[in-house]
Amino acid sequence: MVGQESGTTTARSIDATRDWLERNLHSTSIIETERFSFFYGKEQALRDVSLGIPLDGVTAIMGPSGCGKSTLLRAFNRMNELYPNTRAEGTIRFLGQDLLKADAVAVRRHIGMVFQRPNPFPKSIFDNVAYGPRVHGLRNRAQIAELVEESLRRAALWDEVKDHLKKSALSLSGGQQQRLCIARALAVRPTVLLMDEPCSALDPKATDRIETTTRELAQELTVVIVTHNLQQAGRISDHVAVLLADGVLAEFGSTKTVFANPSNDQVADYLCGRFG
Amino acid sequence: MRSGRSRRPRAETVGGAPLDLRPVTQAGLRGLITIVKERWDRPVFLVLASVSLVALGLILFFIFREAFPVLREIGLGGLFGARWNPTGNPASYGALPMIVGSALVTIAALLFAIPLGFAAAAFIAEVAPRWMKDVAKSVLELLAGVPSVIYGFFGLMVVAPAFQRAFGLSTGRTALTASVILGIMALPTIASLAEDALTAVPNSYREASMALGATRWQTIRRVTFPAAFSGLIGAAILGMGRAIGETMAVLMVAGNAPQITASLLKPVRTLTGAIALEMGETAMGSTHYHALFALGVILLVIALVTNGLAEWFRGRLARKHGR
Repeated sequence: MVGQESGTTTARSIDATRDWLERNLHSTSIIETERFSFFYGKEQALRDVSLGIPLDGVTAIMGPSGCGKSTLLRAFNRMNELYPNTRAEGTIRFLGQDLLKADAVAVRRHIGMVFQRPNPFPKSIFDNVAYGPRVHGLRNRAQIAELVEESLRRAALWDEVKDHLKKSALSLSGGQQQRLCIARALAVRPTVLLMDEPCSALDPKATDRIETTTRELAQELTVVIVTHNLQQAGRISDHVAVLLADGVLAEFGSTKTVFANPSNDQVADYLCGRFG
Repeated sequence: MRSGRSRRPRAETVGGAPLDLRPVTQAGLRGLITIVKERWDRPVFLVLASVSLVALGLILFFIFREAFPVLREIGLGGLFGARWNPTGNPASYGALPMIVGSALVTIAALLFAIPLGFAAAAFIAEVAPRWMKDVAKSVLELLAGVPSVIYGFFGLMVVAPAFQRAFGLSTGRTALTASVILGIMALPTIASLAEDALTAVPNSYREASMALGATRWQTIRRVTFPAAFSGLIGAAILGMGRAIGETMAVLMVAGNAPQITASLLKPVRTLTGAIALEMGETAMGSTHYHALFALGVILLVIALVTNGLAEWFRGRLARKHGR
């Protein structure tokens, strides 16, 4: 599909995707949800969420605890259905295709994910990054090594680990582990990278490095990040979606506009830190 | 000063707690009362806990003591000889046929019990929906609780005749029959412990793998199984311990001929089988009697080593994931 065929330089693939979107869908949104609702058993986590994630830049999903922001993010790569008793209504389109009816494994090759807590496998640094490509059938050692280096460089971790790629990933610091997880996701060459509060378990310095890396990555692929940190959203995002209690989308727009001029009183309260 | 304090009729208190902070062993009468009233639990539980240790120690001591004379009478070479014929003339007490018999039966049993047990564990831990998981786990526990004589009965009435017909044998009571029954008996142990090991693997590993576009099977094979490796080894070893120590079922179906063979289609006698069969017929204090105890020592050593190894592997799994 789009985004993977551009050969050696992945940085170019976002341009190809943009062309494809404009030509075929006359749109700049790579993911579009339409009246999307999600249920855990009888409990409704999201209500009629309709939004379009722009191809370019970083989109932040914000909101108070329990508002369903992680659920929305995980819906984009079908991770929610790993839990029993879940149900989705409405549609999500990815590059024009119905995401909810697609093959989940195929979807996840296009839409990568970084989790709240760094979760490297108990394997070597190299094997962690090589995991995705290997699972997808890449056998050529030289190509794997090349992909590992490229991914570690993109995640700004290469210089720190290049001399001990054989060491266990669990020996790295928390911040390094999280950048390793980013590299691991990048090695599959996804079109979209989802980040679920990637800095919530990290100290300020490690957070800063992840944010810088995220900004750089946004030049090459679409980044959607869940955060409950207002400053972080202000620093790194170009667009912001604010969910409020009960999983209702209260606000969606460019970060500058939403922060300066929220259209909704509740959102204004939230952004002022009065709750959440 | 110390005696002055402890002679006081009532301890001075602040906010309900005594002000006297001296260790109870130095606090005179008040300390003694504290020990009796509040700290009786440690010595009591120490005694209770040591009962089982003492019991184990005594068992070891008596078995070794009864086994030891055999070394004087026939020597180590005699004990590990290839011929077991205690009633012959001259009598011989070589344990090798039983060691080989036990090993053959156990290895063959594990060859099918381990793959089946791991597969069952993977299904229960990774694939089955909640209700099926509950059903499967209780079935496993039920299987583990069936008395071994019942398995032996099943082997004798069903498996042995079937093998006799299928392979055209003169008797269906063979090493293979014993292996099949032992495998079935070790299966619940292996499956249930392997399931524990797989469940102990953090969910975040599975999520990470699935999020990279791996299938469920790829995730099990490349992430969950390697992460649970030491626990799985522990499960296999405990299954082995279960198989090698089993007596009644094996006695009923193994045929019990004390011969050295590599063929699964011949009758064999196991260490456990020999002890159970012959102990009732020997004169106390005879060489035969001591030789049977020596078989017990061999069995005990194997059991202790396998259990120790299994615990070590399982402990390694726990440390690896910080639990």
